[in-house]
Amino acid sequence: MTSEILAASAVDTPVGRFERHRAELAARRRRATLVYAMLFLAALAGSVYISNFFPDRLAAGAPKVGDYLYEILPVLSAEHLFADTKTEGSLAYWYFNLPKYAQLLLETVNMALFATILGTFGGFIMCFPASHNLAPNSWVYQGFRRVMEFCRAVPEVIFAILFVWAVGVGPLAGILAIAIHSSGALGKLFSEVNENVDHKPMDGIRASGGSWFGEIRYGVVPQVLPNFVSYALLRFEINIRASSIIGFVGAGGVGQELYYVINFNFYEEVSALVLMVVATVTCVDLLSARIRHRFIGREQLA
Amino acid sequence: MLEITNLEKRFGAVAAVDRVSLTIPDGQMVGVIGRSGAGKSTLLRLINRLAEPTSGQILYAGEDVSVLRGRPLMAWRAHCAMIFQQFNLVNRLDVMTNVLLGRLNYHGFVASMLKRFTPAERAFAIRALDRLDMAQTALQRADTLSGGQQQRVAIARELMQEPKILLADEPIASLDPRNATIVMDALRTINREAGITVVCNLHTLDTARAYCDRIVGMFKGAVVFDGSPSELTVDAARAIYGVDGLDEALSESVTSTSIGPATGATVPSRLAVA
Repeated sequence: MTSEILAASAVDTPVGRFERHRAELAARRRRATLVYAMLFLAALAGSVYISNFFPDRLAAGAPKVGDYLYEILPVLSAEHLFADTKTEGSLAYWYFNLPKYAQLLLETVNMALFATILGTFGGFIMCFPASHNLAPNSWVYQGFRRVMEFCRAVPEVIFAILFVWAVGVGPLAGILAIAIHSSGALGKLFSEVNENVDHKPMDGIRASGGSWFGEIRYGVVPQVLPNFVSYALLRFEINIRASSIIGFVGAGGVGQELYYVINFNFYEEVSALVLMVVATVTCVDLLSARIRHRFIGREQLA
Repeated sequence: MLEITNLEKRFGAVAAVDRVSLTIPDGQMVGVIGRSGAGKSTLLRLINRLAEPTSGQILYAGEDVSVLRGRPLMAWRAHCAMIFQQFNLVNRLDVMTNVLLGRLNYHGFVASMLKRFTPAERAFAIRALDRLDMAQTALQRADTLSGGQQQRVAIARELMQEPKILLADEPIASLDPRNATIVMDALRTINREAGITVVCNLHTLDTARAYCDRIVGMFKGAVVFDGSPSELTVDAARAIYGVDGLDEALSESVTSTSIGPATGATVPSRLAVA
């Protein structure tokens, strides 16, 4: 069989031509794979060197990680476990600050929610002119692309510092910072969804005398909305994490308290707070993922 | 009256539409025939201004519509409605909304963004759907309909525009014979009863002969035949379809797109070829 194919590829038959073409393509692909693999390895070596990611350093550092973890562990004693907040070794003593933490975490979740709503709105407005296939002209396209890049390239913390300075310490600064970053990130994802839409409905609307806005509103939005919702919910999960950190610079939420207890080496409080943050993030993540999957599932059935 | 003078559309070196001149009086039903790639679709898209002409002029009622921009251009598109081979409905919206989209041009920004249509428009839409026997589907999503039903919804949308001209780009090429007959009958009724000019691209001779007052034949972008169905002889058809294409055009006439009017006019005799 193989020898037959080899014999056929030598002569000018359809099979021969196909086999030669296939061999050419395969060789080209192999060369490309080799080049990219070498580029990747070079980049990897560079980053290992720059970040000092060396085994001896890691080995020397590992025990210190353990030390810190040991330090922040609470001292709990079995006999006093359920005693009041004044007794050392009780759960209540460990979590004496629970009401404050709970309130801060609620604020954190609220910040994420509000920032996601604002960011989704911003991304929605910007994504249409920033889509290659929808932009009225290349100036508008390039303009919106650059604005969105700026929004998502600047780290949230930088925006947060700026807004803390402008509107003062508190959640508002954090909300604005996360919203701007989200609008840039979502705008990019949304515009990529837009670039895959079916153009026939848009043609139909344009041919009926509809404006650009009419084409977007009725030709594009119905097609892309399920994907937009899915991305916005995913962003909410990301923003929960972002908003629990952004308080480091005074922009509201639990981050400020976290920064405080870490810096002042209130070891037991670090573990108490971190555990609560992890639990909250996990809960919101699970909930949001559930809503998202439910939504996608319902869309696919429809 | 629609007057097209020396209309040309070039894609690089290729002339998709090559110096076409046509005068179409109001109320005529014109069939444009030709092989795939003869420029039929491009011609219709140029008239509706979905495509920009390279040169030439399109006058309607004395007004040059080939230079319109912005709002007047949208108004022109609303006045010359277009239906497509692939229907071009918005699949995820219901039939009623799809039909009402034909009114977008008659509303300002806020009303059109908020789907604010008047009760009168809704009534008009339901009557248009009912005339096409589609009223019972008004609240269904467009993608739940069959091809023939979708094309009828598309026609209802175009009627909403209260057009003066109806352009139909291969309206029956994706349909089975029964639905094709329904759609062509609907176009002819619109033409006869409302006096709307219909320009219809068709793939096959027979359908054009059965429904149209006038036939325009295109070959490689140019008009090579323009006359009544009775003037369309075998020689003329050969000029349109080419020697090798003629058999194809005629053999296709016995397949899915060969249809005649359901009632009324006698079914015309097939073009006899030796």
